[in-house]
Amino acid sequence: MAENQRSEVPAIRLKGITKAFAGKVVANDNIDLSVYHGQILSILGENGSGKTTLMNVISGIYFPDHGHIYVDGEEVVMRSPKDALRHNIGMIHQHFKLVDVFSATENIILGLEDKSRYDLKQCVKQVKEIANQYGFEIDPERKIYDMSVSEKQTVEIIKVLYRGADILILDEPTAVLTPQETEKLFGVLRKMRDEGKAIIIITHKLHEVLSLSDKVTVLCKGKNVGTVVTAQTNEEELTELMVGKKVILNIDRSEPKNVQPRLIVKNLNCKGVEGVDVLKDINFTINSGEILGIAGIAGSGQKELLESIAGLQKCEGEIIFMDPESGEEKDLRKKTPLQIRDLGVSLSFVPEDRLGMGLVGNMNIVDNIMLRSYNKGKGVFLNRTESSELAEKIIKDLEVVTPGKTTPIRRLSGGNVQKVLVGREIAESPTVLMTAYPVRGLDINSSYMIYNLLNNQKESGTAVVFVGEDLDVLIALCDRILVLSSGHVSGIVDARKTSKAEIGLLMTQNTNKDGASDGRA
Amino acid sequence: MAEHKIKEPLIHIVKRNRIPMWKTWLIRLSAILVALVVSGLVGFLLTRSNPIRIYAVMIDGSFGTERRIWGMLQNLAMLLCVSLAVTPAFKMRFWNIGAEGQVLMGGLASAACMILFGNSLPNGILILVMIIASIAAGAIWAFVPAIFRSFWNTNETLFTLMMNYIAIQIVSFFSYKWSVPKGSGNVGIINRDTHAGWLPVVGGKSYLLNILIVLGLTIIMHVYLWYSKHGYEISVVGESENTARYIGLSVRKVILRTMLISGAISGIAGWLLVAGTDHTISRNTAAGRGFTAIMVAWLAKFNPLTMILTSFLLAFFEKGAVEISTKFGLNESFSDIITGIIIFFIIGSEFFIQYSIKFREKEEK
Repeated sequence: MAENQRSEVPAIRLKGITKAFAGKVVANDNIDLSVYHGQILSILGENGSGKTTLMNVISGIYFPDHGHIYVDGEEVVMRSPKDALRHNIGMIHQHFKLVDVFSATENIILGLEDKSRYDLKQCVKQVKEIANQYGFEIDPERKIYDMSVSEKQTVEIIKVLYRGADILILDEPTAVLTPQETEKLFGVLRKMRDEGKAIIIITHKLHEVLSLSDKVTVLCKGKNVGTVVTAQTNEEELTELMVGKKVILNIDRSEPKNVQPRLIVKNLNCKGVEGVDVLKDINFTINSGEILGIAGIAGSGQKELLESIAGLQKCEGEIIFMDPESGEEKDLRKKTPLQIRDLGVSLSFVPEDRLGMGLVGNMNIVDNIMLRSYNKGKGVFLNRTESSELAEKIIKDLEVVTPGKTTPIRRLSGGNVQKVLVGREIAESPTVLMTAYPVRGLDINSSYMIYNLLNNQKESGTAVVFVGEDLDVLIALCDRILVLSSGHVSGIVDARKTSKAEIGLLMTQNTNKDGASDGRA
Repeated sequence: MAEHKIKEPLIHIVKRNRIPMWKTWLIRLSAILVALVVSGLVGFLLTRSNPIRIYAVMIDGSFGTERRIWGMLQNLAMLLCVSLAVTPAFKMRFWNIGAEGQVLMGGLASAACMILFGNSLPNGILILVMIIASIAAGAIWAFVPAIFRSFWNTNETLFTLMMNYIAIQIVSFFSYKWSVPKGSGNVGIINRDTHAGWLPVVGGKSYLLNILIVLGLTIIMHVYLWYSKHGYEISVVGESENTARYIGLSVRKVILRTMLISGAISGIAGWLLVAGTDHTISRNTAAGRGFTAIMVAWLAKFNPLTMILTSFLLAFFEKGAVEISTKFGLNESFSDIITGIIIFFIIGSEFFIQYSIKFREKEEK
């Protein structure tokens, strides 16, 4: 929309922004970008590509290690979100920061350093004016706890507009919205653009990028890998930019042997906390002797899927376990983890949240190993001997670096924590092993050790599920890959034949059958 | 231009990664020393007497005579008993601040048995009935908030606190009903002549049995928390309810069970207070132990054996502070001031065990 540009000077321009964490992880590497007034820029990138870090730099939450930020052509230094607001930059976070018992208007004016008398009526009027100007639907006197997610988001947006923001940053604003609400939001954003606001929007969804933005900047591994004009690009080009070039990994992948259906999931549906569907009509089979990969943008339903199978999540549908010994079919739905175990199903689960769910940070290694087995045997007293021996074995076999087996687990590094967790889950010699992001945050060596452990499990006939984010790893490690896209299965592909581009497209595909979210239609 | 000077703050608070055992005790010890210096100073300013003399009086208050030593030990034991009661709940991160009410209800149940059955039941059976009634009363008083918390997720802190006030009013009601002489509001010594329901005197020392019972409870609680499956479940639920769910543990069941135990021990404390020490009941029977116990348990990091030491510390300072007040003709508030200062420093020392303070290094000009 170059003809709409009101000024020749970018509203905001970043030059060579670099931000590293703990001196090691470079989240943003020499990033340049610019947005003009009357323009919407989308920032696209996989998980961990540095999008949120960059936005936090622009909104004053992080201070960049190097680089310059120019607002309307003038260099600015921002050390807090307050500084950012002074330069008319407003950020709408993914997680709302609102006071529940206050009304919309009270939240909007909260924290303003206004010397004049507190006049709520006047403020309500101003809020109404802003709402009318951009076409928001909002009752300024309604309490936050009475509001739906999209209304809360509206309050957040009006909050920054009320403070006079000219440059708006929205971090995944559509993640919590229904297609209809998304469309409404896009309408408002377009109106704001036409009024001369500069808007930066972070999103994973390609169709949204294409329908809304004027320009797209793609980040990959902390680098700006390309900025393209939306009108001149398509989904394929964006996907390719986003997933990057193929990396060859040396993971020994054996041919699956003795493949038999082990767990059959039929018509699985699940609702999240907000009442939104997080899983819709999921159908797939987990086979023995095979690693099934699960790919998808973060929050596409991976967590809910695994937790539904593990008996930790309320869901609708069928989850049938085929017993390898008796050939019996066992229904696992609406069973607690204990009931699943009592059925004789050995199901191991390495959850994403290692220290919050899989392990207890303040307990030592032995007591953590005991989590799964403490209740075995009769009597009221604990038997630490077995767990102690198992702890020693895991420390030795998996090369866990620890001062001893009685060290609290939170003192160990991420990789060692994960080894203890995976070690414990494998020690159960499971029939089904589910792992969620098992190598997240791990160094190369630890990662390969985990890959090998999973491969060994597969070879011994276990049905393995691997939820991952690195597409190269998924392609090199798994036999089949199931792709989730906003709670749907958008495809199941053969890992030996697929490409990153294919999976990337499936991940971002709009599988919503209502078609209501297609903005341009 | 980008190189804007951001001044490093003068002091940094850094979380300690690990700290050797001797160092933690050194920090705690120096905290007590500082506390003594400060309270000595406050004492000097208020009484104009030599701080050393103040401390001598303090020690004298707890250890001066054999009678005082036994009194102090009895105080220690009762405080320890209530601390043992709150420990499982707190270890589970269930903020049971209702021990005061649970103790009172236990005591009331004992007193009721003594008054109603004092003349009709043989002493052995009476004592047994008293124990059962006290345990039941304390347990019920803890169970009610636990039900509401585990089924409807109400706030247990407020709930247990409110239960205290109900207990106090119920005890007030019965103190009036049973008062001797009628209408005085004072129950007086129950069964003064028959000693029915009184805790037997062992070895000629009136408090010895009390102390032995609490010692037994301490060991049982230690084993329960560290070596039983239940104790393990309490730790898991306390540390992370998500993990409890993950291993298929019913959080609700653990909360209900643990609160029953917590309340039952409070009930025992009530029984010991009525049958073993006071031989009467009043709204002051628990004497704030339900709250002090929380400090005892917390300072000991919920380790029952360490709690012997922390309850000694608090019992000693409280006795000593009372002694100072009377000796120097000050009112009770002075003892509260001293106890407050000491507890402030002891709790404050935990901060320095968790964190260390680093000063900004001098910049080269």
